[in-house]
Amino acid sequence: MTSGLFWAGGRAEVSSTVIEVRNLCHTYMRGTPLARQALKHVTLSIAEGELVAIIGRTGSGKSTLVQHFNGLLRPDSGHVFVDGKDIWQKGVALRDIRRKVGLVFQYPEHQLFEESVASDIAFAPRNMGLSDNAVDDAVREAMRIVDLDYDEFAERSPFELSGGQKRRVAIAGVIAMRPKVLILDEPTAGMDPRGREDVLREIQALHDEHGYTVVLVSHSMEDVARFANRLVVMEDGRIAMDGRPRDVFQRRDELVEMGLGVPQITDLMAELARRGHNFPTDVITVDEASEALLPSLLAASGMAGESDSPCGGGGR
Amino acid sequence: MKPVVHVENVSYAYDGGNQEQVEALLDVSLKIWPGEFVAVIGHNGSGKSTLAKHMNALLVPTRGNVYVFEMNTQDESWVWEIRQTVGMVFQNPDNQIVATTVEEDVAFGPENLGVEPGEIRRRVDEALALVDMTGYEKSAPHMLSGGQKQRVAIAGVIAMRPRCIVLDEPTAMLDPVGRTEVLRTVRRLASDEGISIVHITHFMNEAVYADRVIVMEEGRIALSGTPREVFSQPATLRKLDLDVPQVTELAGQLQAAGVALSRCPLTVEEMADDIGTLLGRGPCRSELHSH
Ligand SMILES: Nc1ncnc2c1ncn2[C@@H]1O[C@H](COP(=O)(O)OP(=O)(O)OP(=O)(O)O)[C@@H](O)[C@H]1O
Ligand SMILES: Nc1ncnc2c1ncn2[C@@H]1O[C@H](COP(=O)(O)OP(=O)(O)OP(=O)(O)O)[C@@H](O)[C@H]1O
Ligand SMILES: [Mg+2]
Ligand SMILES: [Mg+2]
Repeated sequence: MTSGLFWAGGRAEVSSTVIEVRNLCHTYMRGTPLARQALKHVTLSIAEGELVAIIGRTGSGKSTLVQHFNGLLRPDSGHVFVDGKDIWQKGVALRDIRRKVGLVFQYPEHQLFEESVASDIAFAPRNMGLSDNAVDDAVREAMRIVDLDYDEFAERSPFELSGGQKRRVAIAGVIAMRPKVLILDEPTAGMDPRGREDVLREIQALHDEHGYTVVLVSHSMEDVARFANRLVVMEDGRIAMDGRPRDVFQRRDELVEMGLGVPQITDLMAELARRGHNFPTDVITVDEASEALLPSLLAASGMAGESDSPCGGGGR
Repeated sequence: MKPVVHVENVSYAYDGGNQEQVEALLDVSLKIWPGEFVAVIGHNGSGKSTLAKHMNALLVPTRGNVYVFEMNTQDESWVWEIRQTVGMVFQNPDNQIVATTVEEDVAFGPENLGVEPGEIRRRVDEALALVDMTGYEKSAPHMLSGGQKQRVAIAGVIAMRPRCIVLDEPTAMLDPVGRTEVLRTVRRLASDEGISIVHITHFMNEAVYADRVIVMEEGRIALSGTPREVFSQPATLRKLDLDVPQVTELAGQLQAAGVALSRCPLTVEEMADDIGTLLGRGPCRSELHSH
């Protein structure tokens, strides 16, 4: 793990590329009538310490792309570099790559296999040769991060859980491996709002405080607006946009055309502008909207006197 | 009027193998009325899927009864009838496809029922029209977007002529436009076709369009009411691990800071209307301006 020095303020001061793909092409079921080119000459590099979100319509190639980052899929052409090393060159141990680049799959049920939740999460750290105590610590820490109560869930079968509980176990299993790069393919799909919030905050903390590089695939515009430093938009096997969330979400119409959208709060500001109100539109979080609207709305409420709280009053 | 589904004091415990039983439902009572759009929300493990599976006899109660019209789900002789009356759609669009073309996929259910070919054709065409997928009959399902796949899955259920469709997180895997398409489809099925919809979701901004919102907690119904009744209680919802839509959260923050808003807005349109009213510009201003 990189020293704390680099992570002051949660941002890398010296950015070195940790994952790079160059000219990546991938076709499923090549040579059959069902052949489908899922990636078309994708080039992308991710610097150490970034928190990148990948968005794109269903089938646009997001999962295919991230499965190349740790060598789960092999490109038809093009290259994948992890820490500058071409992972498909002779002599590179994919095992090491996968330990460095941990991937939480989109469908967690595919990732569960042990008899109990605890042994499932312990699988990777145990394989890495950690002592029993260290394995136990890693399991408890990972369960804390995904908010699964140890006493309640450790001995339960991972197959006899609700959908959201299974997902938490799968995420914990990868976190317990303590990889350098954490790739999460729709980690919060199927999670309740509190679970989403907690898991995203924990991921943010792993990034800010422990220097993890994070790649997050998500269909939630609200979540990526709040948590990502950088947004990569996939469309039909290609990268269509790449930039700061605030800039990307200014391109609402193009995003909708691509099956996507903007956070609801950004939509509100656009609607206000359409109705002729003069407020900023480059707003992507509730707090920003509140700040932008408050002065004029307070002034307008002035004469209204004591105000009710029909919304049950207040923030979090 | 008779309820389509009547859940009466139902408790259900999963047999946890060698471990203790897991009490997933505790004395739940609920009626689903014809043409009603009911959203079910609740934390992970609160019992939503378990409740859903009781509505078409995939599970039967440990205690209590579930009636689909007059048919008790405990009575095995009704199972086929019940499954035609109450159809299910699940989370993962890819796991629900059974055929290599869209029309074969939609025809699968009625074929299994022994419906005659002419009638099957009619039902397939009608079902695809209802989910806005006319023109895709010969398409391969795996080439469709996630939202389209889910609409084909819904068409497959509609072809069985159900009175109620239970959707267990049908939008969890979809992109924003796909979510909108599915939501629009189920709203229309309820309002125009009179099909009852039970829509389980973790997206609060889908639940706001329901006629009624049911909030589950630890196997019980913790709260139920109109969307406005439910979503104007953010503190209670957060205690139940839930949330409110972003515009509602914003309205709450503004009200707390002294802004006079007269109701609790649930959608972008409502919030924009309320802000317009407050600033002395009516909701229709944009129409006056455009063109
Ligand atoms: N194992 C596979 N065999 C054949 N085709 C596949 C396979 N996996 C994906 N595809 C196809 O490749 C394309 C890209 O799929 P991918 O799963 O990468 O998309 P995605 O952006 O992750 O979509 P989603 O948002 O639905 O997860 C799609 O057209 C998909 O149908
Ligand atoms: N097959 C099973 N065996 C044992 N317990 C189960 C099984 N399926 C679910 N449970 C337990 O029953 C309870 C209710 O689960 P259910 O799947 O109904 O929740 P849910 O509200 O649908 O959750 P989610 O939002 O995660 O989908 C949970 O505590 C869960 O762990
Ligand atoms: Mg995917
Ligand atoms: Mg469920």
